[in-house]
Amino acid sequence: MGFSALAVLVCWVFVGIWGLRPGIDLNGGTEWQMTFAKSGVTETAIQETLQNASVVSGEINVKQSSDGSFIARLPNLTNEDHQKYLDVLKQKFGDVTEKNYSSIGPAVGSELKTKAMWAIALVLIGISLFIAWAFRKVSEPVKSWKYGVVTLLTLVHDVSIPTGLLALLGYWTGIEIDTNFIVALLVVMGFSVHDTIVVFDRIRENLTLNRGRKIDLGDIIRFSVKETFARSINTTLTLILVLVVLLIFGPPSLFYFILTILVGTIFGTYSSIFVASPLLYLWQRR
Amino acid sequence: MDLAGGSLLTYQVDLSKVNSADRDSVVTGLRDVIERRVNLFGVSEPRVYTENAAGATRLVVELAGIRDINQAIKEIGATPFLDFREVVSTASTTGAGNPGIADLASSTIGFVQTNLNGRYIVGAQLNLNSVTREPEVAIEFNDEGAKIFADLTARNVGKPLAIFLDNQLIEMPTVKEAISGGKAQISGNFTVDSARQLVERFNAGALPAPVTLVNQETISPDFGKEALDKAVFAGFLGLVAVIIFMIIFYRQLGIFATFALLMYTALTLAIFKILPVTMTLSGIAGFILSIGMAVDANILVFERTKEELKKGLSHYSAIEEGFRRAWTSIRDSNISTMITAAVLYYFTSSFVRGFALTLFIGVLVSMFSAITITRTMLRIFIGQDRELKK
Repeated sequence: MGFSALAVLVCWVFVGIWGLRPGIDLNGGTEWQMTFAKSGVTETAIQETLQNASVVSGEINVKQSSDGSFIARLPNLTNEDHQKYLDVLKQKFGDVTEKNYSSIGPAVGSELKTKAMWAIALVLIGISLFIAWAFRKVSEPVKSWKYGVVTLLTLVHDVSIPTGLLALLGYWTGIEIDTNFIVALLVVMGFSVHDTIVVFDRIRENLTLNRGRKIDLGDIIRFSVKETFARSINTTLTLILVLVVLLIFGPPSLFYFILTILVGTIFGTYSSIFVASPLLYLWQRR
Repeated sequence: MDLAGGSLLTYQVDLSKVNSADRDSVVTGLRDVIERRVNLFGVSEPRVYTENAAGATRLVVELAGIRDINQAIKEIGATPFLDFREVVSTASTTGAGNPGIADLASSTIGFVQTNLNGRYIVGAQLNLNSVTREPEVAIEFNDEGAKIFADLTARNVGKPLAIFLDNQLIEMPTVKEAISGGKAQISGNFTVDSARQLVERFNAGALPAPVTLVNQETISPDFGKEALDKAVFAGFLGLVAVIIFMIIFYRQLGIFATFALLMYTALTLAIFKILPVTMTLSGIAGFILSIGMAVDANILVFERTKEELKKGLSHYSAIEEGFRRAWTSIRDSNISTMITAAVLYYFTSSFVRGFALTLFIGVLVSMFSAITITRTMLRIFIGQDRELKK
């Protein structure tokens, strides 16, 4: 519990200090991946060529990716500007193959940002409300809406950790937050609540079984967590197996997407055992 | 689409000068026209659709496997360029009437550009001439265009006026009188189809709702293929890993779960094929993730069954109890994933939708496969076991 609160706090501090670097799909801009037929082309050479072309003003950034292709980042380009840049590059370096090109206007980007916020808020609230509703029949001794609120807090924990990690990675390696990241966060919420539900479901069952008997709620929660421990781990393990395989063998473009889900899933399982249940207990005891 | 390679173009539609009442029809017309133009590129299954977002209207064009995207962008953005030109005769000796189209070949006439062009057209309509039954295109100018047109016709009474479309002369009618009111008929050698096409193009070109390209995403086919191969390979490995895991942990039960998982995979892929779900990279990722989740229900049931066995129940009833008791948590957790998938679907653009849809379908099918299929198999086989033991 203490550790979790600390971890969440640390993650928030990361986000607070370094912020999240929005990708082009959230901020507008151009990402342009290309390969050159000629060898010996360097990042700086491309960058200088593009800058000297002075077609548009703004920051231009070129990085070589692990497969030997180059990724250039530019401000949002019109199709004509794109052509001009392409011509300049062809003139200087010979044959250029465009592997991937996307240019996104700032309006679209900021709109996507708003949508993402809404989506995250809706999933948080939707799942919490659903839990509160699903546990409506066991309002003694724990009110069902408390299950909902605890789920909400647990979910906030589960999203905070990967977000903090990405802020940290963003600071170190310049990873940007894009739509995929938002999707990954939403998926983490959907997955991590699974284990929370399994534990809560067992608490629900044990409470019903022991109705009328004088058994400490703390004991019931402890007992329920112990009973479901193995299956929480196992259900997560199958998912982790798949995620790790995807991480290693899957397409590189999905790496951070999968990584976010992986981290979120691990902490999601952890939180259902070490955050959700203790929270429920602490809250009820007061 | 990102698997086949291709382009995604997003246009911003400027509706600020369109009456709010006409907006829907303008947008629909725009979509139809662009769709027809896109169909000419000969790419497989082009998709053109409109998106409404935060008060802005966007038009999205998806072109899978297109070769020359720049050409496509030009043609999509092209509006038919119509202009009117004054006709001057260079051969002063003609005398016999006004020059006609036939004089073009002898190049005895020249054209002087006027500033009246398609920009001033507010609408066009297909008419049939009441006398000749020939198709005609009726165009209507806006106020500014009407004024220019009135001046132009007043200046050229008795003379021909040339109408050019995309720099090709299509008609050279003789002006009988000055035309005010801003309406004109063009009666070239149209067939009904060519006249209709022109009307459509005018209405697109004349739309007071210009489109601007705001987004452009292009993925080369190689890139898409590379990613696809990797994703499919990883998906296969993931499937194998999950199967091994299940068999190690649950032995005999794990084999049943494996069958259910394989049926799940086949069933889900079949549904994707039937619907059809456009497979994007993220869609495949969603499907692979759902493989990892599909066995969750089985794990919950098996764990519960183990527990019931410890309580001293027979195999058969332990399994029945396992299914019955695990059901509530399986149902609740899957519903929460479906909530997530639904939100994802409604709040995102086309790329993410594939993911949301595959995840949603995956969860639904997995509930069916893990519960119904596994249970049926277990009932049959374990039921027989019991008979034999007796």
